[in-house]
Amino acid sequence: MRYIPHTESDIASMLATIGARSVAELFAHLPATLRSRATIDLPRGLSEAGVRARLTELATMNRVSPDVVSFLGAGAYAHFVPVVVDQIIQRSEFATAYTPYQPEVSQGTLQTIFEFQSLVATLLGLDVANASMYDGASATAEAVLMTKRLLPQRSTVLVARSLHPQYRQVVRTYLDGTSGTQIVELPWDEDGRVDFAALTRRLDNTVCSVIVGYPNVFGVIEDVAHISDATRQAGALAVTATTEALALGLLKSPGELGADIAVAEGQSFGIPMSYGGPGVGLFACRERFLRSMPGRLAGETVDQEGRRGFVLTLSTREQHIRREKATSNICTNQGLCSLAATVYLCLMGKQGLRELAERNVKKSHDALDLLQQFANCKRRFSAPFFNEFALTVPNAHAVWRRLKDQGIIAGLLLGDWYPDLKDCLLLCVTETHTREEVERLVNGLQRNG
Amino acid sequence: MKKRTLLDEQLIFERSSPDRIGYSLPEDDIPVRDLSHDVPSDLCRLALDDFPEVSEGEIVRHFTRLSQWNVSAATTLYPLGSCTMKYNPIVNELVARLPGLAQLHPLVPDEYAQGALALLYDLERRLAEISGMDAVSLQPAAGAQGELTGMKLIRAHHQEQGRPRKKVLIPGSAHGTNPASAALCGYTVTEVPTGAGGTLEAATVAKFVDDEVAALMVTNPNTLGLFEREIVQITEVLHSRGALVYMDGANLNALMGVAKPGHMGADVIQFNLHKTFSTPHGGGGPGAGPVGVKKLLEPYLPIPRVLNEDGQYRRSEAFPRSIGKIRSFYGNFGILVRAYAYILAMGGDGLAQATRMAVLNANYLRKRLERAYEIAEDTPCMHECVFSDRSFAHAGVKTLDIAKRLLDYGFYAPTIYFPLVVSGALMIEPTETESKETLDEFADALLAIAQEIKDNPDALKNAPLLTPVSRLDETRAARRPVLRWKKL
Repeated sequence: MRYIPHTESDIASMLATIGARSVAELFAHLPATLRSRATIDLPRGLSEAGVRARLTELATMNRVSPDVVSFLGAGAYAHFVPVVVDQIIQRSEFATAYTPYQPEVSQGTLQTIFEFQSLVATLLGLDVANASMYDGASATAEAVLMTKRLLPQRSTVLVARSLHPQYRQVVRTYLDGTSGTQIVELPWDEDGRVDFAALTRRLDNTVCSVIVGYPNVFGVIEDVAHISDATRQAGALAVTATTEALALGLLKSPGELGADIAVAEGQSFGIPMSYGGPGVGLFACRERFLRSMPGRLAGETVDQEGRRGFVLTLSTREQHIRREKATSNICTNQGLCSLAATVYLCLMGKQGLRELAERNVKKSHDALDLLQQFANCKRRFSAPFFNEFALTVPNAHAVWRRLKDQGIIAGLLLGDWYPDLKDCLLLCVTETHTREEVERLVNGLQRNG
Repeated sequence: MKKRTLLDEQLIFERSSPDRIGYSLPEDDIPVRDLSHDVPSDLCRLALDDFPEVSEGEIVRHFTRLSQWNVSAATTLYPLGSCTMKYNPIVNELVARLPGLAQLHPLVPDEYAQGALALLYDLERRLAEISGMDAVSLQPAAGAQGELTGMKLIRAHHQEQGRPRKKVLIPGSAHGTNPASAALCGYTVTEVPTGAGGTLEAATVAKFVDDEVAALMVTNPNTLGLFEREIVQITEVLHSRGALVYMDGANLNALMGVAKPGHMGADVIQFNLHKTFSTPHGGGGPGAGPVGVKKLLEPYLPIPRVLNEDGQYRRSEAFPRSIGKIRSFYGNFGILVRAYAYILAMGGDGLAQATRMAVLNANYLRKRLERAYEIAEDTPCMHECVFSDRSFAHAGVKTLDIAKRLLDYGFYAPTIYFPLVVSGALMIEPTETESKETLDEFADALLAIAQEIKDNPDALKNAPLLTPVSRLDETRAARRPVLRWKKL
């Protein structure tokens, strides 16, 4: 086997050193009843060519752009990835290192984490960011758990129903079993934003935190300033969760709008959709909550000669020290994905991220204009949106199916997630869509609507 | 003038120059629009002033230079115990990037994702076969999330029996994620002592088991690298009181083709695909932590699950007893692809050979080192060996000093001070992909260090001397945290 270097003579000489007669003897102390049944009934191993052929076969059974035109967003976004990103993260020095337990020979990983934290803190407009979480959904769950640690007497968590349903499901799973937490969902208003009257009705001194999408699952830009003001006045903590982090290149940051904790899915930053993972969870909060924060942190320090260097720090919050009293059970971060996001954000830089975010706004709004002008459809909500929008289409399901058979995925059938929106499609348009593709969608809706 | 060497790389922010750019956007093909008409200006932020402005070439240089500051499994033996730093096949990187896999949106209709669903379905079956479990969920994003998922499944089972129970038993030698995951599920943790030989004894475990015990979390082989010889009796003890067994599969690299957790009585186990199944550790992720379960727990697995209906694959959420979702979509798919490619390349026999050679390597190192370092438990080890500080503590040398000195010899250090039950532990896991020659070089380095301890122990205290930076002041980092760059 090409991954295993041992020759017969290596094995013989190593066994001689060990003082064993055979490799089997090394396992002789395991119960015979286990050993006798342990054979793995799988086919013989494949050559490199065989592996490539099989995976290529599987890959071609899937249909992706340009074979199909897709307007899907809803938590995973098609964005252009500069070639530099993938080249850097494929460097073995980054890809095959592990957690930087020995900082003297891990400065590459540590400095890039520090740069990542700096970029994320700026983007989310908060004081400190961690080294990343698994994804946006589990980062949201961790944020809710953190608010529970900060306000243990309060038992209610208000979650906007317009927060991505999978994020809400993951929050529910994480909270299940933690004593007596009640999750209350907040409805949306006619314009697609959180129903503010419902929020103020529910806000009392039992409320621990308020969780809203920013933008929410309909692409709608929530009034976070208003929500966090009301939340703060009730003594609770405001949390924003962003599925499309590119929006934050343009929109006011959650921190600026008064959020106490902000999380996001960073897949948009240089990470392929890859059928939903891996991505990277961004997590930032105000400095006064630092010691309650989950996840790893890199910090600046000096070596014995006074040279700047970086180490993992404040680890007394973490499971390997605190065990069952840790702030989270998380062990690793999403190292290589956070590196991809770091390289991506550095390439885009101050100007590029803004320009790209603006391009997404313009492209999606141009598409909406064309759709409303030429096809029998209407935007479902009226509040400003970023790069995705809900569209009311008569017989949405039938129309969507017909378009699918023509190689156009007309976004997500929102009825799958919200039965009360069964005539709605959720469409996302980014810099990767040409106007010609948008016109194909418009024509398709025209013909089939 | 400031001295500049290859060992000096500024922060990217310090390389920034106003109006320099490193990007290009795809060609714009829509009519000119007024942005403020679409998104009112009062919703928009001011410029991202703290973002860098750097050219593409400078960025490539910056990150290339930083990469050279890392030691990695590709550059040297990386003997981190419990982390299984084996060779990460390059072909896995290639196949994970095939457009049909990398560019696939997670919400495409199932008929457009038949290849991906077939892969997930087949990977589940293969992991079940390797481990002797009945069903698998690929959704957890990492080992710790797999543990959390597993404990949620156990809680769901007990809940259906009437009450979730209160306690989880965990040996002191366990990974910190075990007690943290149990606590996150609302359980209190009771530590079970290990016996004189470093393994659990069924009779001792029995004393701790009552009707409030929900589960035992056990790692096998344990973190001392020892096989839990009484595992079958132990799981029987738990089952006899209606409690379940969570097996931490972090050390599965020691078991393939040798013993299946499913036969040991494990009810749920997590697979660390970034360990046993060769996906790159990435400086700390992304990994993947699928869980395998026995029939009893299958109804509770996360949704969606993948079904095979006469060769047509589809996702289904029609599992009303499921614990729900633990991660968005279907887990770290890109990592699952890599692990799948690895399993295809190895085959059943290859996986068994990996285990045999991993255990051979660990025993070889143990034998070569045991005359200079004191082994924690003097019994045959599995895939890793653990030494204590008893042979050198008297010379005023700490385990940390040895780890730092190893860096000067060009190796990464073993896991140190873990497991907690061993004084000053040095935990070495060579994996099967290291050759005898490399093991000999590593053993020679540790033996040379043992000699240095005798001749000149002070030399170790300043180590490392040959690394980009010397020992870093961790106290200062924690006392006055500087966690981000800020413009002065």
